[in-house]
Amino acid sequence: MSAFWSAWVTVLTLGVIFGCLWLLLATRKGEPHKGLTEETVGHSFDGIEELDNPMPKWWLQMFIVTVVFGLVYLLLYPGLGNFKGLLGWTSAGQWEEEMAYAEQHYAPVFQRFAELSVEELQDNPEGLQVGQRLFANNCSVCHGVGGVGFHGFPNLSNNDWLWGGSEDAIKHSIYHGRNGAMPAWADVLGEDGIRDMTHYVLALSNREHDAESAERAQPQYASLCAACHMPDGTGMYALGAPDLTNDIWLYGGSFEQIAHTLRHGRFGVMPAFSSLLSEDQIHLVTAYVMSLNND
Amino acid sequence: MSIATDHPTYNYKVVRQFAIMTVVWGIVGMTVGVLIAAQLVWPALNFDTPWLTYGRLRPLHTNAVIFAFGGSALFATSYYVVQRTCQTRLISDGLAAFTFWGWQLVIVLAAITLPLGFTSAKEYAELEWPIDILITIVWVVYAIVFMGTVFKRNTSHIYVANWFYMAFILVIAVLHVVNSAAMPVSMWKSYSAYSGTIDAMVQWWYGHNAVGFFLTAGFLGMMYYFVPKQANRPVYSYRLSIVHFWALIATYMWAGGHHLHYSALPDWTQSLGMVMSLILLAPSWGGMINGMMTLSGAWHKLRTDPILRFLVVSLSFYGMSTFEGPMMSIKTVNALSHNTDWTVGHVHSGALGWVAMISIGAVYHMIPKLFGKAKMYSTGLINLHFWMATIGTVLYIVSMWVNGILQGLMWRAVNQDGTLTYSFVQAMDASHPGYVVRMIGGAIFLAGMFVMAYNVWQTVRGGSSVESADAEPAAQTA
Repeated sequence: MSAFWSAWVTVLTLGVIFGCLWLLLATRKGEPHKGLTEETVGHSFDGIEELDNPMPKWWLQMFIVTVVFGLVYLLLYPGLGNFKGLLGWTSAGQWEEEMAYAEQHYAPVFQRFAELSVEELQDNPEGLQVGQRLFANNCSVCHGVGGVGFHGFPNLSNNDWLWGGSEDAIKHSIYHGRNGAMPAWADVLGEDGIRDMTHYVLALSNREHDAESAERAQPQYASLCAACHMPDGTGMYALGAPDLTNDIWLYGGSFEQIAHTLRHGRFGVMPAFSSLLSEDQIHLVTAYVMSLNND
Repeated sequence: MSIATDHPTYNYKVVRQFAIMTVVWGIVGMTVGVLIAAQLVWPALNFDTPWLTYGRLRPLHTNAVIFAFGGSALFATSYYVVQRTCQTRLISDGLAAFTFWGWQLVIVLAAITLPLGFTSAKEYAELEWPIDILITIVWVVYAIVFMGTVFKRNTSHIYVANWFYMAFILVIAVLHVVNSAAMPVSMWKSYSAYSGTIDAMVQWWYGHNAVGFFLTAGFLGMMYYFVPKQANRPVYSYRLSIVHFWALIATYMWAGGHHLHYSALPDWTQSLGMVMSLILLAPSWGGMINGMMTLSGAWHKLRTDPILRFLVVSLSFYGMSTFEGPMMSIKTVNALSHNTDWTVGHVHSGALGWVAMISIGAVYHMIPKLFGKAKMYSTGLINLHFWMATIGTVLYIVSMWVNGILQGLMWRAVNQDGTLTYSFVQAMDASHPGYVVRMIGGAIFLAGMFVMAYNVWQTVRGGSSVESADAEPAAQTA
């Protein structure tokens, strides 16, 4: 802030504090009685009178202690405008210190497991537990406890992968995030086309469907959908295009939910964790996620 | 209300209206409070109905208890006190009636719009801009009536209760206008005039001073009349009242920053919020001491007078919560308490223990006088109400302390690898017993309000009308 506003803040703050102190001491000085009295100050309001008792001593002392504490605090910490305080404390600095402390104390814990491969970690309960905790803190908000997923958030424990289930693919997903885009087809296919295509998609996973309707959609599937979902509907890791043949549905598998996906498209976002988790931590999370698919 | 005899000098009609509505809105606001407390125990109680959801009913509860219940109590007592301590009638019966009907309209509009989901999303200032404008008009008229009456007083000095009432009226006007400044985009939607951190600071400058001036200064005005009056003792120290009045209003103004510790608010602003909150301890306690010490020489009256008991216990809760507040404003303590139920408990130790209890005491004091009766219908029922209110408040506060500290500790617990030990839902689960106890405490407090309503009803309709002993203004000595 500018020097003017800094001075403004400082003068107002100290003015209020010293003003209170002055009021306290000036009133104390004018007290005619040092002990308890039954003498009033001479007013009466609806029969209520006011005694001229002195302010309690312990209360005065408490007031002065809080004022002194406040002034000392403002000397040590930022408060009076641009004055930074003698200790040089800032909340950002405190945060950095705590992060440095965490780095120093917790990094070795993760480092111990960095030398083990994700395969070796599958047989290391301690490492998997650390991975599980990291997952619980960072991932389970969307992917659920144990990675079972929610509507719109993939299940990570069913051996079905949008972007691939290899160590490298999972680490890539965590580091850099993923953006899954399914275009909206309402304008291209029309409402009849959407209905037909829904039957086609149901047919891909051997669900109950209208064969005639599905057949009508076949040419359009080949020209519009197969590029990502592949001609046989098994999907493609490179684009995050889901396998449509295994009856696993990210956005619901009812006729209406599939039609909705076709009509309006979907956009799935997995955020990048490279700035939130260290390489060693991501290694452990990856091992944990892989362990969810061991059965 | 036609059975009441009209006072020859004072306008008691508006006081009677506000006093009765204090009881009515108390029941309404606390019923909503118990419902949302129950929803935290059994979430299914929102019945999947949008206007019954916690998010919409919670602001209805806070607005109803603060502005409808507390507001009506402040209007009633301030109009009563200003007339009796200035020995003069309100300057305008018409304007006074306008404040009554205007304020009731604000409350009814709040009760309709908040469940419908119309909100400006500012805590304790959720009402949308058309209602904000109505509040401003009613409030300015209130200021005119009150200060006009003080101005034409028949006493040489202005009694201390009226200083507090005037500070409350003046500051609430400023707070409301500044914080509610917004750009309307439609009838029921507006955007704050401020953005980002500044909006947050303006909001908490308002929010904490709503506590400071609405729920503290206003009710200290109440205290300064009803405690000495009910105890029939002089106020302990005139000098103490001067010092604590000026120190209180000067330092409260700064304290709001403590709601935004460890946020994007600049460090210096957070520090000032904390320092001023700590300095506020002594000015706050000045009012408690002055009220408590007024009883010296009259302590025995507590044995027989449950109205006085309400007033004195309210002062104890006031002292307790104004000690707790400065402690919670310390950054290190706040790092644990922030966002936990501790805050909720702290607010209710003030709201139930202080604000509600002193209002209840004041209403019990006023009702017989306003309706020309010798005394309340049943002293035993007042006593019963006293114990229900006290037990309800204690259950509420203690369960929230336990929950708050539990949550604060669970949220910050870390494993040896630095990960959090508990998930959020585990802390929720651990809080469940506390939510049950809180709901029971609130229900007991609410039940006490029904006892009060019955007692007030019996008093008002009772036949034993007496010529009020104080029908004529008391002799003046000032």
